Amino acid sequence: MTTNLPPLQHTVSPVDSTPSHPISPAEERVARRGERLSRRRLYTRRFLRNRGAVAGLVILTLLVVFALAGPLFTSYSYTDVDFTSLTAAPSSQHWFGTNGVGNDTFAQTAHGLQRSLIIGVVVSLLTTLLAAFVGAVAAYLGGTAEKAILGVVHFLLVVPSFLLLGLISQKAGGDWKVLILVLVAIGWTYGARVVYSLCTSLREREYVQAARFMGVGSLRIVLRHLVPNIGSLLIVSFTLGVVTTVQMETALSFIGFGVKQPDVSLGSLLGDGASTITSAPWLFYFPATMLTLLTVSMALIGDGLRDALDPMSHSAGRA
Amino acid sequence: MTGPQTQPQPGSLLSVRNLAVSFPSEAGRVDAVRGVDFDLFPGRTLAIVGESGSGKSVTAMAVMGLLPEYASVTGSITLNSRELLGLDDRQMSQIRGRNLGMIFQDPLSSLTPIFSVGQQIVEALEIHQNLDRDVAWKRAVELLDLVGIPKAAERARSFPHEFSGGMRQRVVIAIAMANDPQIIIADEPTTALDVTVQAQILDVLRLSQTETGAALIMITHDLGVVAGIADEVLVMYAGRPVERAPVDELFARPRMPYTIGLLGAVPRVDIAERRPLVPIRGNPPLLVDLPPGCPFQPRCPVSVPECGDREPDLAVVAGAAVDGHSAACIRAHEIRDGQIDGRPVYPVPLAPDVPAARVPRQQRPAVLELTGLSKTFPLLKGAILKRRVGSVYAVSDVDLDIRESETLGLVGESGCGKTSTLLEIMNLRPPQHGSIRIAGVDIGELRGRDAERQLRRKLQMVFQDPMGALDPRMTVFDILAEPLQAVGEADRTAIAARVDELMDLVGLNPEHSDRFPIAFSGGQRQRIAIARALATNPSLVVLDEPVSALDVSIQAGVINLLNELKVKLGLSYLFVAHDLSVVRHISDRVAVMYLGRIVEIGAVDQVFGAPQHPYTHALLSAIPVPDPVVERTRERIVLHGELPSPTDSAPGCRFASRCPLYLTLDVTQQTRCTSETPELTGRGDTDQRNACHFR
Repeated sequence: MTTNLPPLQHTVSPVDSTPSHPISPAEERVARRGERLSRRRLYTRRFLRNRGAVAGLVILTLLVVFALAGPLFTSYSYTDVDFTSLTAAPSSQHWFGTNGVGNDTFAQTAHGLQRSLIIGVVVSLLTTLLAAFVGAVAAYLGGTAEKAILGVVHFLLVVPSFLLLGLISQKAGGDWKVLILVLVAIGWTYGARVVYSLCTSLREREYVQAARFMGVGSLRIVLRHLVPNIGSLLIVSFTLGVVTTVQMETALSFIGFGVKQPDVSLGSLLGDGASTITSAPWLFYFPATMLTLLTVSMALIGDGLRDALDPMSHSAGRA
Repeated sequence: MTGPQTQPQPGSLLSVRNLAVSFPSEAGRVDAVRGVDFDLFPGRTLAIVGESGSGKSVTAMAVMGLLPEYASVTGSITLNSRELLGLDDRQMSQIRGRNLGMIFQDPLSSLTPIFSVGQQIVEALEIHQNLDRDVAWKRAVELLDLVGIPKAAERARSFPHEFSGGMRQRVVIAIAMANDPQIIIADEPTTALDVTVQAQILDVLRLSQTETGAALIMITHDLGVVAGIADEVLVMYAGRPVERAPVDELFARPRMPYTIGLLGAVPRVDIAERRPLVPIRGNPPLLVDLPPGCPFQPRCPVSVPECGDREPDLAVVAGAAVDGHSAACIRAHEIRDGQIDGRPVYPVPLAPDVPAARVPRQQRPAVLELTGLSKTFPLLKGAILKRRVGSVYAVSDVDLDIRESETLGLVGESGCGKTSTLLEIMNLRPPQHGSIRIAGVDIGELRGRDAERQLRRKLQMVFQDPMGALDPRMTVFDILAEPLQAVGEADRTAIAARVDELMDLVGLNPEHSDRFPIAFSGGQRQRIAIARALATNPSLVVLDEPVSALDVSIQAGVINLLNELKVKLGLSYLFVAHDLSVVRHISDRVAVMYLGRIVEIGAVDQVFGAPQHPYTHALLSAIPVPDPVVERTRERIVLHGELPSPTDSAPGCRFASRCPLYLTLDVTQQTRCTSETPELTGRGDTDQRNACHFR
């Protein structure tokens, strides 16, 4: 039972509305063309209208700046050991203090953040893209291709991936590049399954049918009509993916399968810091703050992106 | 009547005074209903007519007390002199079902899927009456029998999904009349149904009304239905009644320009003359922060500056022929017979000149030829290993051709194979049986992607739902550029020029091409969809119910556009629709399908004027005509039953099970009907052909 509420939409003014100031049609058209081509600018404007998203972007920028430029402000590198101050509280010498072996926590946090950022963003981006593409292709093509792709996805879903991940990463000696590959290789399957389910309903939509009847190629339909229309999901899954990846990497590092000494990540720092939270809280709180800021900023940016890209969104304004 | 009345009129059952409903929304307060007054008398039918968003359903919901809690409702609704507004849900439940019966649009969602229909009627009875279980069950079976469900005693134990749409709606009507309500409120009860089933349901509604003596509030957008069933009509616009009159008076002498516009915008199935429809320009206003003045003023062709001063009250029209004709228009008294100052309120647009019609049909090249086209779908059973247990004969042995600059209307009820035929054509794959030739090219001989691309250029399609057919994430520019890119156009300036040209062609402002589809109204979206179909200069455009999702006043504009484009660009259309009035208006030739077969084909005026096949005859007589005089007097053939399942491949006429002619035949003739499949044959010198042995 539904009530017929009048649609709330910004309806384009009727055709016969006269322009408020006289410009020749040709001039006007040129001006409009110039504007039309910059769709990116349109999205940017809509994104910037959202305050939370801007705050998230600022935090993320600061974090990135910190991760990149932080090491320049201290004379210690993350591998240096200062034997004169072991487990020292934050001071003018060591801004974030030091750990039990004498590593400078500031340098380590900056480097760890850098490592975690790279791993988190790259893994999440690759898994999301791979999942979107594979899921959408499976749904659109149907038939044998659909069965084969789903078979692989389902197989990978039941494989004990964490164990596999640990084994391979162990063999590679904790190299973060291998870690990224492994995390992507096992991380895309769940997303692909979700994307597949969504796209099975999308492929029946009339605009997909219309594109097919126009003679648009399969790959193009997938990339232009299917994937963008699950954009909201992809953006949310990307932002959450960064969080999940950082957490997964933390867990791996904690049990010794992740990033290995001398390399550090936020995960391994947290793992170390957690054991000394009462005696040396700075070892835990500085990396934990960075992690929280990272995840919160990603979530805010995700929200903002979703609203900016979504033409149906109410917060999208009139642009 | 001067000014708003506060007292209910004597003898009225339900009296609504100054009813206003508003909803909060992000854009501001939506005033969905802004002052509705009416009285309902026992045994009478009041039709509330309006386009989507006019507040007609919200009014009904308010009467039933079914609005969500966040809605603010003011005014007065009295039933038997008892105020209904302000009653809580428990008290309203005593009245709903007992005094007020309800029938909703979608019969599937108004029935609970997990109970048998008998149980659901028993439940309705037991809530309000102290009845013994057996007595209640017996009464339920009686009710089902009354609304025309065959073998009611058996069928009462069936579940809703075992019924077809029309049968479900009968069950809903049975529930609505179970407790002999004083008022039955029907909200678009036939909109989701096929036209032959609609005729049956309207009969059942009339029957239920005479049986219970109830008053009926009929909410609909279909003026034909109104003409057939209503005693009095209330026309709503932008949340307010703008005209109220007895049905004959309203259709014969409308006074409010909006009503005149609505009546002029509807194509008539019973009129052969092909004049362009008169659309109402513009769109209904948003009901947020309405400016002062008449809400129809921006769309009104006869508005004067005073219209903007204040909103006119619904007042009795001076010099009206009958009592009780009121209109909310300050110029109502000047309007006579759709004319003002001796000129029509809505100037009739000029009919486009048709040059191609001068060349005889047979000499024009064919753009589409179907020969013996058949399509069957396998019926599969089994979870892992699928076995074929039968076939659905969706399309059987269809022959038709469309010549240059010609429109062929393909009509039939849902499930008759119209869409399957379309998809067979659009897929550009060799068919299972028969052949498809498009612009002289046989699809079976199509080799390679390039050849297919070249053919796609010639063949485009417009879909039913203008929102669903446009990708919401692409700007209109990208939507219109897509077919051009698909056929290999890469030059961006050429594409840009073409997009501007297309927007102009369909009457949209080219400057709006950087917006997303959501920013356009339904009619504008359908224009975009049409522009997209025209992008590659096709010779054949397939139109799948292109106007059925649009409001009447908008629909007229789109139909006119299609007619105009056809003449201007020399297009051919394959027009698929279930609305025969629209088909008659737009087509040159028409093909009637029944269960996958064409039962009659011919020039539109011949088929509509002198239908030969009994099915065509019945289909045409089932269409309500927006004219109460015609509605009352014309002969009507109501078909019994519904479309049988298309899984039967036995020879014989597929229509025999519902055919009124079959019943009048003798036994040898009947045997011929059931054993020999009739061919599509003509008689005489016209090209009207039908598939009936005896016509």
